Amino acid sequence: MNVSRFLTTTSQYAFLGVAAFLSLFPFLWMLISSTNTSIDIISGRMGLGDALRTNVANFFTLVDVPLVFWNSAKVAVLATLLTILVSSLAGYGFEMFKSKARDRIYSLVLLTLMVPFAALMIPLFMMMAKTGLINTHVAIMLPTIASAFIIFYFRQSTKAFPTELRDAAKVDGLKEWQIFLYIYVPVMRSTYAAAFVIVFMVNWNNYLWPLIVLQSNDTKTITLVVSSLASAYYPDYGVVMIGTILATLPTLLVFFVMQRQFVQGMLGSVK
Amino acid sequence: MAAGKTGGLKRYYDLNGWLFIAPSLILISVFLVFPIIRSLYLSFFSGKGMMMKFAGFGNVVRLWNDPVFLQALKNTVTFFVVQVPIMIVLALLLASVLNNDRLKFIGFFRTAIFLPCVASLVAYSVLFKSMFSVDGVVNQALFAVGFIDTPIGWLTEPFWAKVLVILAITWRWTGYNMIFYLAALQNIDKSIYEAARIDGVPAWARFLYITIPMLKPVILFTTIISTIGTIQLFDEVYNLTEGRGGPANATITLSLYIYNLTFRFMPSFGYAATISYVIVLMVALLSFLQFYAARDRS
Repeated sequence: MNVSRFLTTTSQYAFLGVAAFLSLFPFLWMLISSTNTSIDIISGRMGLGDALRTNVANFFTLVDVPLVFWNSAKVAVLATLLTILVSSLAGYGFEMFKSKARDRIYSLVLLTLMVPFAALMIPLFMMMAKTGLINTHVAIMLPTIASAFIIFYFRQSTKAFPTELRDAAKVDGLKEWQIFLYIYVPVMRSTYAAAFVIVFMVNWNNYLWPLIVLQSNDTKTITLVVSSLASAYYPDYGVVMIGTILATLPTLLVFFVMQRQFVQGMLGSVK
Repeated sequence: MAAGKTGGLKRYYDLNGWLFIAPSLILISVFLVFPIIRSLYLSFFSGKGMMMKFAGFGNVVRLWNDPVFLQALKNTVTFFVVQVPIMIVLALLLASVLNNDRLKFIGFFRTAIFLPCVASLVAYSVLFKSMFSVDGVVNQALFAVGFIDTPIGWLTEPFWAKVLVILAITWRWTGYNMIFYLAALQNIDKSIYEAARIDGVPAWARFLYITIPMLKPVILFTTIISTIGTIQLFDEVYNLTEGRGGPANATITLSLYIYNLTFRFMPSFGYAATISYVIVLMVALLSFLQFYAARDRS
């Protein structure tokens, strides 16, 4: 190995090492800080402390943990399942039943990707207020279900669906909805898994819309709880760290268990 | 087959097509198309709460005389003009290094650099807030290596607060963009790089003249996505600054201002809707420009 080659390899390792350290440090910080008192945390203590038990106990006194977790899980899982169902129906429909009119509508659907949420939140809030849905989880889920991005993802993936399967099922006399349910869904399960991971992440981490709609403590999700604990005048960072760990754990878990699907889902848009 | 596809069969085909897309279309109409039109309509009204009266272009005039709006606009533009290019370049460099399968621990590096984009926006903002406190771990580290001799007021000085927001978003989203580039790079035939290397083309030139042109469509895509995201920046600034966009409005963004106008004070629905249309126009204009710029060169 010549000298210049060695230098570039070394500098590549150095670059990656620094990047990996900076990427992982906040996670490490989160874990270390959960064992420290608030004062130690804001004065940058890097060692393990002995306040973990106190922090956890304080967190459980301040927050109804099972309820908050249940709220988050319920909203995230239900919204995700509905999103996937509705969007895969549309992706399948647009790709399998092509027509000029529907292709034009599809272009319009894609255009909605550019609509910023800020331009929707006021009318949506007024709509929910009028229908008495403020402070309900239904209000959180409804606007998130139809997703142009996931429709696009399913339409792109459907291009790889073997049409012979559909033709054979038709010959066997299956109705269109049966073909979708009994043939398309099982064949496309890896597409569904990838979509699930991506949409679940988005819903679990959803913040602005729940912040607007959920106003009482018994409906709040974990992200809202962490945010409100941290924005107190003198936040107890030890308690906040327990909150951030609990808020991050499910997404980290999903990521590590389904890493391949996660990446595949994200890349679905550039295929 | 063509003869069979007439009349009843064709109608059956068409009916099914509509049925499959109907749920999405209904939801999009109610929760997206209707609100965006309603926003435009609202922007012609002024007043507080439910007491609204027609104001024509009054809200637009008010925009130009509203120092907080102008500050929010300036901040938002600053954030994406500074942050998006830094992040894209960083992500490209990381991807091109990570594409080298000869390096050891490549899987670990990929996962580590990607991991930030699994963190919830609220959680990482809160973590950053604690790390960047005056006596916090970041100032101490900078002090220890001799970069600073007085602590930086990351959350109290307007300039540094902006830097903090940019650092935070860059931390969260670089790995996300990197994955897109990495996937695209793995589709490029390795022999192109081999040939260039044998011809004595240096690494930087390979990056500049092979990698970047090959990745142009992906770079365009991620730039648009990132720009749209940064224009709508909300979660991070809200959680770094207790919802105030401080210090002294140094980090207030358009989305945060809309939120404050609508949900923090007595709601000014009409005026807030007008500001939301500023975001709509910015997103539309920038997406158009970026597409145009990319088309033009090819």
